Amino acid sequence: MEALTKDLWVFIETNDDGSAKNVGLELLCAGRGLANTQGGQLVGVVIGHNTDAAIKAATIYGADKIYSVEGKEFEHYTTDAYANAMFALVEKYGPTSILIGATNNGRDLGPRISCRLKTGLTADCTSLAIDEESGNVAWTRPAFGGNLMATILCPNTRPQIGTVRPGVFKRVVVDEARTAEVIKEDFHVAPEAIRTELLEVIKEAAGEIVDLEGAEIIISGGRGVGGPEGFKPIRDLAEVLGATVGASRAAVDAGWIAHVHQVGQTGKTVGPKLYIACGISGAIQHIAGMSSSKTIIAINKDETAPIFNVADYGIIGDLFEVLPVLTAEIKKLKA
Amino acid sequence: MNMLVCIKQVPDTTEIRIDPVKNTLIRDGVPSIVNPFDAYALEIAARIKDTTPDSQVVLLSMGPPQAKDALKECLAVGGDKAYLVSDRAFGGSDTLATSYILSSAIKKLEETEGKFDIILCGKQAIDGDTAQVGPEIAEHLDLPQVTYAVEASVDGAIVKVKKEVDDGFEMIGAKMPCVITVTKPSYDPRYPTIKSKMAANRKEIGTITADDITNIDRERIGLKGSPTKVKKTFTPAVKVGGVKINEDTNEASAKKLFETLCADGII
Repeated sequence: MEALTKDLWVFIETNDDGSAKNVGLELLCAGRGLANTQGGQLVGVVIGHNTDAAIKAATIYGADKIYSVEGKEFEHYTTDAYANAMFALVEKYGPTSILIGATNNGRDLGPRISCRLKTGLTADCTSLAIDEESGNVAWTRPAFGGNLMATILCPNTRPQIGTVRPGVFKRVVVDEARTAEVIKEDFHVAPEAIRTELLEVIKEAAGEIVDLEGAEIIISGGRGVGGPEGFKPIRDLAEVLGATVGASRAAVDAGWIAHVHQVGQTGKTVGPKLYIACGISGAIQHIAGMSSSKTIIAINKDETAPIFNVADYGIIGDLFEVLPVLTAEIKKLKA
Repeated sequence: MNMLVCIKQVPDTTEIRIDPVKNTLIRDGVPSIVNPFDAYALEIAARIKDTTPDSQVVLLSMGPPQAKDALKECLAVGGDKAYLVSDRAFGGSDTLATSYILSSAIKKLEETEGKFDIILCGKQAIDGDTAQVGPEIAEHLDLPQVTYAVEASVDGAIVKVKKEVDDGFEMIGAKMPCVITVTKPSYDPRYPTIKSKMAANRKEIGTITADDITNIDRERIGLKGSPTKVKKTFTPAVKVGGVKINEDTNEASAKKLFETLCADGII
């Protein structure tokens, strides 16, 4: 389809309680420069049940305008309801570009709408720019397990769409007192058009929430932790730092920790401010999942471990002796 | 249950190395494997077949002729029949064009194999890592989808899918026919036996070309039908100047690390 405007849209994904997930706010901050270069407005798109909190968040994080679609059917994400709503908005208002957070839901939604619009989608981008020659968005993303980076353009169809990895861009409040034009669309999806149903929510072990993608600090254990009890010093440090516990594939495959903790190609892709890899050798699949972390600390006995190639701080040593000392020092500092 | 599983043959990305001089990907000599997520998808189909009488598992792949090797492997671990979509006209397709070709081939296959109740794909291929082809197939065929599945079972007209989400799992009911994309489950796919390997080797693999799909729109396939274009590729920058800490004792190393992190404002 033709773009009707030069606007750049950011999908503001919401939690079930209606609050905005961080990634949408990060993308508003990342989208400001792109929108200015494209000569259009920066627009937040909020789909949910109670959207007031997300609209407010999108406003203070820089949206010029917000389209919102509200209804009970949007409380919990479903592919059909969200794709239908997003498609209706795009058809009506015709943006030139759309950014979507590369969360599970974002990567479920993105291909559905780009395919319906017969346009291009670039997955899991880690860098965004405007191509100087053509004025298109230049989407840069890793491929081949992080061995290769590719810059992709979508020159002939609109909108140009990309999903963007959470945690890559910084989220900064532009102005608490900002206002934005809010347009509430009266759009509903009939129950029979939603072909999937949530039957049951299964929380991991006693309600433990493992939000690796939204975590600011992640401490991961690998083969070097030696067993399930080896995660104890990692959990201790995580508690002191308010961090989330991650794991390499080796530790998950050995049955020491649940798969929801897994970072890497067959687990989650993460980009926290601080990533501490303990007893992880650094297979390329693991590095693919965490190399966009802002600061990386590696603790490993083997000084030839490839993890040290991506680490800002490499400690050659035994994690069981290093971690407790580090935990104690940080405790002292915080006390 | 009539099931279709999409299979991609991929280079084993663990074996890929970077040429230190030219700074390019060395792909020569890298072994080809069945995309691991597709193997998990096949295992889910095979488990449904194990418990549901009168089921079949049809395999579909798109790629060059050597992708038949991947299909042969899959025939030995649960697949009943296999088809390869292969044509030079399909070369250079991005995910939109690929999913269009695969969905067109699926419609064509349904003329002889019957309507598929469940179409399974790996959540993503480990070479492209896009996770787009499965949902795009669902969109082309106007089917519901469940992504990031780890288990699935059939219950009447519904398939119940255990889906991985950020804080655990959800059980999702999807009306059949539907598309399911599969992530890593907690179990390993089955291994072939000598008998199943021999049986797989005797099976014919059908080839589907562009001409076989009579009403395919040639404007929507290959490079021409791909809205995304690769502008450039490059190898990621290696982090240089990382600080190494290796004191005489672990305790001293830990303290040095703590001091360095404080000094650099990390903690």
